[in-house]
Amino acid sequence: MSKHHVTTVINGEPVEFLCESQQTLLDVLRDELGLTGSKEGCGSGDCGACSVLVDGTLMCSCLFLGVEAEGHAITTIEGIADGDKLHPVQQKFLEHAALQCGFCTPGLIVAAKALLDTTLNPTEEEARYWLAGNLCRCTGYDKVLRAVMDAAAVMRGEASA
Amino acid sequence: MPRVNYTAPTTVDEAVKALASAAGLAKVMSGGTDLLVQLKSGRLKPELIVDTKRIPGLIGIREEGGFFIIGAATPGATLSDHKGLEHAWPGIVEGADLIGSTQIQGRASLAGNLCNASPAADSVPAVIAARATCTIAGPNGRREVLAEAVCTGPGRTTLEKGEFIVEFKIPKPKARQCDAYLRFIPRTEMDIAVVGCGVNVTLDAGGTCTDARVVLGAVAPTAVIVDDAARALIGHKLDDATLAKLDAAAQAACKPITDKRGTIEYRTKVAGVLARRVAAIAFERAATR
Repeated sequence: MSKHHVTTVINGEPVEFLCESQQTLLDVLRDELGLTGSKEGCGSGDCGACSVLVDGTLMCSCLFLGVEAEGHAITTIEGIADGDKLHPVQQKFLEHAALQCGFCTPGLIVAAKALLDTTLNPTEEEARYWLAGNLCRCTGYDKVLRAVMDAAAVMRGEASA
Repeated sequence: MPRVNYTAPTTVDEAVKALASAAGLAKVMSGGTDLLVQLKSGRLKPELIVDTKRIPGLIGIREEGGFFIIGAATPGATLSDHKGLEHAWPGIVEGADLIGSTQIQGRASLAGNLCNASPAADSVPAVIAARATCTIAGPNGRREVLAEAVCTGPGRTTLEKGEFIVEFKIPKPKARQCDAYLRFIPRTEMDIAVVGCGVNVTLDAGGTCTDARVVLGAVAPTAVIVDDAARALIGHKLDDATLAKLDAAAQAACKPITDKRGTIEYRTKVAGVLARRVAAIAFERAATR
C-alpha cells in the first residue's frame, strides 16, 4: 500500500510528511514528526489529551487521519507559546499549579486557548462546558478553571500576566 | 488501526464510483468520530474509506428558496455558528450541539449521526421533527427521502451500496412555528441520551397548536414519530389536560430496552416528562416567531 504525501502547515511552518491511510494525525505528530506534546489517552475521542487546532477549530487528533491534514493548518501544544514567551493560559496553569501528572495538560491548554480565541469573556459555566471533553484524573478541575478564568482576565488586560 | 485504503474524491460522481466499485466494505467518512472509533476497535473492517469533505457543498449551509440546505458533512460547530438556522430551528442546533465534546463538535456531522444509526443519536429527533429530507446520491442518480426513512435499526440504514447522503433539505419554518430538543442524561455533559425528544409546533395567533410533530429518541430501535402525541397537541393550547395527553401518548410509543443507562420503566416515564418539557419550550418559542 503506497503512502500518502501530505503537505500541511504545522505551528506556522510548512511541513510535508508521508503517512499510511490508517495513521491518525496523532500518530503522525508523535511518531513521524517527533511532536510528542500531544498525548494519546483513550484513542477514541473521549479524553481530549490529543487536542489540536485544525484551521483554528478544536479537534481530537486521534480521530483525524493524517492524510486529512492535506492543505490544512495545524496548531499543536508546541505552537502555543511565542518562542520563549508562554501563552497566558500556560503561564496561569503554572501559577495556579493546575496540573499534577501533566498528561492531560497539553490538551487542556490547547482547548482553553481555543476557547479564549473565540471569547475573551467566558463565564465559568461556559468554560466548564467547553472543557468537558478534556479529562483530568488528578486535579479535580478547580485549579484548571481558575487558571483559565485568570488567563482570560490577563488577555482582556484586567489582570497582570 | 488496521490497514485501510483512503480516497478523498472532489465530486459526487467520483465518490459514488469509489463506493460502488469497492470489492469489500466501503465506508463514507465525514467527521469520522464514530467511524474511526469503530475501525480502531475492530467492530468494522472496511477496505476503503471515502472522505466526502473535499466535495464542494458537503460542508456549509445555504438558504435556497424556502429551505435551508445543509451539506451532509457540515460539523456541529458550524451549525451552532449559523445565526439564521439557530433562530429558525433552535432544536436542530441544540440536538447537534449535544453530540460529544467541543472537540467532537469540530467534526461530527448530521449525516454521520444519522447514518451511524444509533437509536440515541441526538441530532436525529429534531431533524425528523422538522420534516427534513436527505438528498442521496448513488449509482442510479439522486433520490430524496424523508430523514425518518434512512434508519431501520441500530447500525442499519436503507442506503444501498454506492449511496451516500449529499445534503439535508430543511423547510424554513412558517410564522409561529418553532422547535426544541432535550435529552435526559444522568450527568450534565458527555453522555449518551437515556431519552431524547424533539418537538416542532405551529401555533395560530391565539396560541392554539395547528400543526405538530413529536419525535422520541433512544426508546426504540430507531427514532419514533409519535403521531398520537402530535394529535394530542393539535387544536389545543398547552394546558394541563393537553400536557397529560401528550405525556401518555409519548409513554405509549416507547418500546425501549433495559441497559446500564436506564430500565424500560424508567425510559418510558422519562419520555413522558421530556415530551412535556420540550413541548413547553417549543410552544414558547413558536409564540414569538
